[in-house]
Amino acid sequence: MTILTDIVFVLLSGFALWTGWRVFRTDSMVRCAFLLMLSFIAVGLMMLLMAAVYIGVATVFMMAVEMMVMALFMVMFMMNPAGLNPMWMVHQHRLSVAAGVVAFAGLTAAVLASTLPAEPLPPGRPVVRDLGTELLGPSMLIFETAGVTLLATMVATVILSSRRGRFGDAMEGACPPGLEPGGAPAGRAESESGGGHHHHHHHHGDHG
Amino acid sequence: MTLVSVLVVASGLIGIGLYGALSQQSFVMLMMGLELMLNGVLLAVIGFWAFSLGGMPEGQLLAILVMAVMAVEMAVGFALVVAVYRKRQADMTEGLDLLKN
Repeated sequence: MTILTDIVFVLLSGFALWTGWRVFRTDSMVRCAFLLMLSFIAVGLMMLLMAAVYIGVATVFMMAVEMMVMALFMVMFMMNPAGLNPMWMVHQHRLSVAAGVVAFAGLTAAVLASTLPAEPLPPGRPVVRDLGTELLGPSMLIFETAGVTLLATMVATVILSSRRGRFGDAMEGACPPGLEPGGAPAGRAESESGGGHHHHHHHHGDHG
Repeated sequence: MTLVSVLVVASGLIGIGLYGALSQQSFVMLMMGLELMLNGVLLAVIGFWAFSLGGMPEGQLLAILVMAVMAVEMAVGFALVVAVYRKRQADMTEGLDLLKN
């Protein structure tokens, strides 16, 4: 059983590293997204091997959806449709290779040189139940903070990607509709309301 | 499958991700590098949880937080890409040599 686990682990880790490397070596950006998804799925399956059932399955699901979104953005910002041309869009390549190798070597050296605590997961421990009681018990504040962070992210995303930006016309929402279609705003003197109507055609968000 | 082997694989993923984040010109590809680094971090967290924490539930909680960070990074990153593209018609890092406007 342990031999089988080891074999599966070696295969999965090789697959995760290989697909992770192929992400930056393929010509099609959509293919990149799917290769990254495969790498994530391999890592999720490795987590399943390590008995992290909930986290492993959640990783697979979340990354499958996230990489679909990624593939959509790839299509939107793609320079090289469908990988028909060779793509080689890199800068400071030698420095990047060196940085990656140094990071890998440094981290590996740190792992090999340090004495890591050995206290394996006791067999039969209800890990999913543990996670649930932790999330909604002692660590509920942390969990809720993550939720508020995600809400702030939603707000920030909408602000950043809306055409108008953060700064709109202050009068835009406060302008009463006209008495007849297309007419001047009702209930306001001409000099006051002159602004609200014309500003629609201007480009806003120049400060963004 | 030991803690050391898991951590070595995780550092491999982090190294490849760092290479991608530093070398790619396209913003979207750059973000793929960041995601790959976080993938390695997630693997390392679960490795520590499984082999040296004795199944403390806080380890899984940390993994969930890393996943939340991934989601935030993706969402804000793509929103920034859209904003920059709208402003500058730039989809490569070389298009952003000035912070102004």
